This record gives sequence, C-alpha cells and structure tokens, in this order.
Amino acid sequence: MTNPTAPAGDVATATSPADRPPEQDSAGEGSPRNRRLVRRQRRSRWDVKLSPYLYVSPFFVLFAIVGLYPLLYTGYLSLFDWNRAYYVRGDFVGLDNYSFVLTDPVFRKSLVNTFSIFLMSSVPQVVLAVAVAALLDTRLRGRTFWRMSVLLPFVVAPTAAVLIFGSLFADRYGMINQLLGEIGLEPIRWHVDRWWSHFAIAGMVNWRWTGYNALIFLAAMQAVPRDLYEAASLDGAGRIRQFFAVTLPMIRPTMIFVIITSTIGGLQIFTEPRLFDDTPNREGGPDHQYMTSTLYIYVKGIEDQFYGRASAAAWILFLIIVGIALLNFGVTRFLTRRSVS
Amino acid sequence: MRNRPGFVVYGLLGAFVLGSALPLYWSFVIGSHTKGDANDFPPPLLPGGHFLENARRVLDTVDFWQAMLNSLLVSTACGVAVVFFSTLAGYAFAKLSFRGSNALMGFVVMTMAVPTQLAIVPLFILMRDYRLLDTLAAVALPTLVTAFGVFFMRQYLVDAVPTELIEAARMDGCTMLRTFWTVAVPAARPAMAILFLFTFMQVWTDYMWPLVALQKTETLQIALDRLALTGQGQTTDYALVLAGAGMATLPLLLLFVLAGRQLVTGIMQGAVKG
Repeated sequence: MTNPTAPAGDVATATSPADRPPEQDSAGEGSPRNRRLVRRQRRSRWDVKLSPYLYVSPFFVLFAIVGLYPLLYTGYLSLFDWNRAYYVRGDFVGLDNYSFVLTDPVFRKSLVNTFSIFLMSSVPQVVLAVAVAALLDTRLRGRTFWRMSVLLPFVVAPTAAVLIFGSLFADRYGMINQLLGEIGLEPIRWHVDRWWSHFAIAGMVNWRWTGYNALIFLAAMQAVPRDLYEAASLDGAGRIRQFFAVTLPMIRPTMIFVIITSTIGGLQIFTEPRLFDDTPNREGGPDHQYMTSTLYIYVKGIEDQFYGRASAAAWILFLIIVGIALLNFGVTRFLTRRSVS
Repeated sequence: MRNRPGFVVYGLLGAFVLGSALPLYWSFVIGSHTKGDANDFPPPLLPGGHFLENARRVLDTVDFWQAMLNSLLVSTACGVAVVFFSTLAGYAFAKLSFRGSNALMGFVVMTMAVPTQLAIVPLFILMRDYRLLDTLAAVALPTLVTAFGVFFMRQYLVDAVPTELIEAARMDGCTMLRTFWTVAVPAARPAMAILFLFTFMQVWTDYMWPLVALQKTETLQIALDRLALTGQGQTTDYALVLAGAGMATLPLLLLFVLAGRQLVTGIMQGAVKG
C-alpha cells in the first residue's frame, strides 16, 4: 500500500502498515478505534445494499429519458391536434390521427413497401447466410481470413452502401443495366418500377448483413456436438443429408433469434429508401413506390411537422413490430416444445 | 472429425467473398476516374489515377474534416459511455444479489425489442425544447446507454468472473466499488473492447438520428448525404460521390483491418450466449 492516507471508510486501508494499530492498544467498548470500526461496518452494509442499485441506475435513468419517455410521449402526441406553425398543442382529437393514418393511401402503400422490402431481404439473407455458415463450418485453411472476409461489407455504412449500389443500379448508365444491354435485354428502371426498386434496396441490405448473420449461424453450428455428425455418417448420411437432418434442427433457436432481430430491424428500414431516391423530395420515389413506414414517419413528423399523425403512425408500426415479435416468440416456443418431446 | 473441405467449398466461399468485395472495388474504380470517364461505355474496370483530384473536389463540396471529427467525437463518447455504464450494470446483474434484480433484468431484455427509432418525433421535440438541436450532444444522448450493452456484459461476466474471487476481495475488506474495479473490470476487458467496437460502429454509421437532430452541423453520414444531393439529377457525378463514400468508409476499413478478429469473435460470442 503506497498511500497511507487512503479515504476512511475504505476498509482495505486497515491492512496498510501506517494504519495498523499498535500491539498494546487493547481497545475497550467505547474506544475511538472500536467506534470507527462500527461506523465502517455500517457503511459497508449500506455499501453492499445500495451499490447494485447505483450500478444499474444510469441505464434506467437514461433509458427513461431517451427511450421510455419518448415512446409514451409519442402516444400522447398522437391524441392531439398540433398547430404546425407555432408548435403548440391543439384540441384533443382522440383517435382521429390513427384513423387518418390508417386510411391514408400513402401510409398503406408504405406498409406494403416495408413488408415487400423486408421479405425480399430477410428470406434470401437467412437462406444464404445459413449456406455460407455451413461452408465456414468445415476445417478450412485460413479460417480467420474467411470469417473476416465475409464480414467486410458490414463495416460499410448504409449511407455509403446506398451510394455505391445507387451507381450500380442507376437507370441510365448503371453498371447492371449496361450488362443487361450487353446480353440483349431491356434496361430495368430501378428507380421507377416499384418491385424492381424493392429488389435493388433489398440487395443493398442483403449485401451488408448476410455475412454478419452467417457468423451468428456459424457460432450456433459450432456448438452442435460433433458426435452427432459421426453417428449420422455411421448411419450412412452424406454431407447434405447431415446438414438437413442434424445441423438445421440443432440451430433452430438461433434461426428464430436471427429472424426476430432481422424483423425488428427490417421493419424500420430508412436509410436505403431515403437515399436511393434521386428526386428532390426524397419521399421514397416520385410516386412513393419505395417509401417505407419509418420514412413516412420521418416525412410527416420532422419535415411536415404533423406531430400527431407521425406519432400515430409510429405507434401503429410499433404495435405491428411487437405483434410480429410475439408471434415469432410463440412459434419458437411451439417448435422447441415439439422438438423436446 | 469431418474431412478437410474440397475445392467446391473454397470455390463457393471465394465466390461469396468476391461478391462482397466487388461493390467496394467498383466504387473505388469509379471514384478514381474523372467525371467524364465514369459515365463512359463500356465502363472502366481498373482504378484510374484521379482519386486525389476527386478527393479534393469532395473537400471543396462538403466540410469533410469537420464532419469526420464530429463523427469521431460522437462515436467515441457513445462508445465510452456505453461501455462504462454497461459494465457497471452488467456486473451488478451478473454477480450481485439485490431485490428486484430479476425483474429489472427482464425489463432490460424487453427494452431491447423497443425500436427507439420510432420515437424520433418526441426526441426531436425534446432536443428542441432543451435547445440541443444542431449540437453533437443531441446526437450522442440517445446512445449513451443501450440495453444490448447491459445484456452483453451481463452474459459475459456471469462466466468470466468467479464468484469466489469477489467474495475473497470482500473478505479482504474491499469496498463494492473497489471490488468492481480490481476484480470485474480486468476480467471484462475483452468484452469491453468488443462492446466499444460495436457501439462505435453503430454510431459512426447511423444516418437517421443525426439527420433529425442536426441542421448545419454534420456527421460523416450527413456530409455524404449532402454530397449525393449536390450531384443529383440527370447526370449524377458518381466520381465525386463514390470518392466521398470511399473516404468515409476508409476509417472503418482501417479499424476492421486492426480489430476485425475481435469483431468476428464478438458477433459469434454474442450469438452463442444470447
């Protein structure tokens, strides 16, 4: 102990030589040393009781401010009319904002777009990621190299990814359309045609996330006991058969985990449709053909300052996400229970 | 044990990696050609010698260095805050017994499913009311803690710190804070590094919240956005835009080369334990 003047109350200092009491000090009941000890013990008891709460409180305080409060406030905002010019609260309108949003064709369109882009990205992504993981789950030479390589796109910001893919998918001089022209096909109007635009946007998402998900699947595959494969191969199952009969069932929980997280992320997609748009409004294409629901919330709430409508849309989307997550959870429970019995 | 993989496995993996790298290569090819060459047909397939020239045009168009500094500041601040708060809370949840800990941890896990992105309107109002709009503080504030961070640290510390060690430290008369500092933090260091990396990347690449919170100030992603807008229209200046995208990606690529191994470990760890 180099610091003899450590703060009182820090019991550790009792072992420091400078603080060690002389041998002859036979402390009585009310001696100052004993009182100090009692004080220390009391302080220590409070320390034990209070510390855990102190350690977890920053999370809860900050989350309350930037997570919970905004969420509840969104609900509050959604029930009122808002004066856009002066930022003042107007009349209580009940669920009017909700009925406006639910009957707004643009919002409906955005919901369809969101689901379309989400499905086009998550389904191929999971399939491809599982396949890549299966390839990585072999005794490869240079394992670290391969693992890092598949993760490469993950370090590219979505913003940069959209710009890169925007040039590849450009309607006129884009690389892909030029290639199509080479083999005698008509160019695709990526920014105009609704479903093709979803395809292009989903492509960027897949590019960035497939390798990441492959690594998650790889981790799950490596946890599968190897003797299961041995047993399977003794039974005469080939590589492919082993994959479907052993690997896939064993990684089902991870599969559901990835599906749930990609659902939550996928239903909030914003950067890609916002930046893919090359018209000045940037509201998901001239005809909103790839406007997503989060983009709708942004446009209504931040740009047009219809706080009520944007908040209602946010709550609707939130409920949809929670609903789908619960559904996923239920399916997981069902599947795992069945596989146990 | 399974046999060594044949060339089919290497071939398929190689094709996938090539597909992953190709868009990046393409962006560098276009970013290193002049505006005119970039729109040529057939397109150039090899990098040209005009990257520095394009980079200069990027610096003329947007305040790139300031944006880079802003991104660096915000990402670092969030990384440090998340690591600090998550380690504290994760340690408490993993190793200390206190009334209500299970319920509180359940709450943390639940909040992981709450998309804070949907609360942009009230967050925007909140920042406006506290006159924080257009400041870096507004960008950082929503990411000072993350539920994922707390969860991740808890999962890690449950196994990483032997309870006996904590008890021994307590017996020796350590205060709670001292025990945390001398026992938990050294054990948590690898996980702390990974959590820092993830948070740093998450904040660095975020586009939506800075777009809401900032007006004149720029982060890198907002600067890129502006860069793309200047070239908007019939003939987008892809040489300029992709040079900018490359410059914005470079720092993370560098980080990836240095710490990619940890990133891989982190993803795989988070998944196994999650």
